[in-house]
Amino acid sequence: MTLTQAAITKTIDARGMACPGPLMSLIGAIRAGAVGDTVAVLSGDAGSKTDIPAWVAKAKHELVEVAPADGYSTFVVRKAH
Amino acid sequence: MDAKIVILGGGVGGTLTANLLVDRLGDAATVTVVDPTGMHAYQPGFLYVALGQANGRWLTRDERTLLDKRVELAIETADRVDPGTRTVHFASGGSIAYDYLVLATGARLVPEQIPGFIGAGHEFYSLTGALRLREELRRFRGGRILVGVAGIPYKCPPAPVEFTLMLEDQLRHRGLRERSEVTLLSPLNRAFTVESASKIVQPIMEQRGIKLSTFFNVEAVDPAKGTVSSIEGEEAEYDLLVLVPPHRGQSVIDASGLGDEGGWIPTDRNTLQHQKYDRIFAIGDATNLPISKSGSTAHFEAAVVASRLVSLVKGIAPKAAYEGRVMCFLETGGHRATTLRFDYTHPPVPPRPSMVWHTAKWVFNRLYWHTVPQGRVP
Repeated sequence: MTLTQAAITKTIDARGMACPGPLMSLIGAIRAGAVGDTVAVLSGDAGSKTDIPAWVAKAKHELVEVAPADGYSTFVVRKAH
Repeated sequence: MDAKIVILGGGVGGTLTANLLVDRLGDAATVTVVDPTGMHAYQPGFLYVALGQANGRWLTRDERTLLDKRVELAIETADRVDPGTRTVHFASGGSIAYDYLVLATGARLVPEQIPGFIGAGHEFYSLTGALRLREELRRFRGGRILVGVAGIPYKCPPAPVEFTLMLEDQLRHRGLRERSEVTLLSPLNRAFTVESASKIVQPIMEQRGIKLSTFFNVEAVDPAKGTVSSIEGEEAEYDLLVLVPPHRGQSVIDASGLGDEGGWIPTDRNTLQHQKYDRIFAIGDATNLPISKSGSTAHFEAAVVASRLVSLVKGIAPKAAYEGRVMCFLETGGHRATTLRFDYTHPPVPPRPSMVWHTAKWVFNRLYWHTVPQGRVP
């Protein structure tokens, strides 16, 4: 287990979930979480690779890690404020 | 001895599960639906009520009339579930024991979580809210209208887009369009979560002059200034504000320690079993699954849970699995609509909006009471 994995507060497996989708689920989890929480989202949706970093940048949170795997990626985001 | 199956919630998921179970198990099980009101609401109709296209009367029915005679109905508020003793405790002081429990408790609206929302903002996610918004729209004579989302997850993800397009249509017909500015505050970087549907919807919005403000997740309302602010740090001004209120799971889920921090039930995406308790299943809006909170999801999940329970009661290994099936309509205004059908492995490929899908939705709305709760729609 890496340091990042050990610190994850919540994991959302959004693979194959077109609606509301990985980004919407991430936004929900970040809204509901506490400052400093780290949320991991598993997504196989190609759009997530641009959508998730774009929202994280706009909302001024922190994209800790993007870990590609077979057929999906794990996006790790920390709630910064 | 017959199996005791208790279902909390008399919405589409709970009602359909109960009817399918008695149909297939007969005397082999006692099936009880526990519901706090005993009234069943057809929630997709709220949108039409808010827009003055339907009256509220056809949206609620007595739950008893929708249940098979063999289903017991207990009009009780469930206070707490004790998975250890397999008992549901009621607010009235009574209780009911179960062998298997289905949580179909839905979502509740918590507008109080958004500072300034109550009183200043409108919503169409409850019948009361839809009726209030209808009156406000009748009085509306022009101005800036904002339609936004104040919490995730929320029921029926297409609803804010549908409302915006249908409202714009109405303003044009009333001769108020020139005096009005309509803006959709989208939580995402496009109008709708499904990209293929967004590609259909956004050109329609552009063509009709509807503004799109992206990555705007509503955080607070300031009624004195007439502004709404987002968690992304932006602000927008309104004369009429329509928001999807924040949702969370029901209190009974919190009180029983069965949910996550949002009150949603940790649910296996295929078996629909509670992740900690094998004898508890969850369906519909109540689950934590990152899929659409919609009647259609509850409908398809109900069939899976009923099938698994029939197997369990008969002592055979359950095979039915939920594959993420969802089917919904998306109204695009001008008496046109498209449809979204998808599952875990097949993303939606919505057809071009047409009157066919608008008519199909209208027919479905009309036939709902005689088809879905009874299990007549596969």
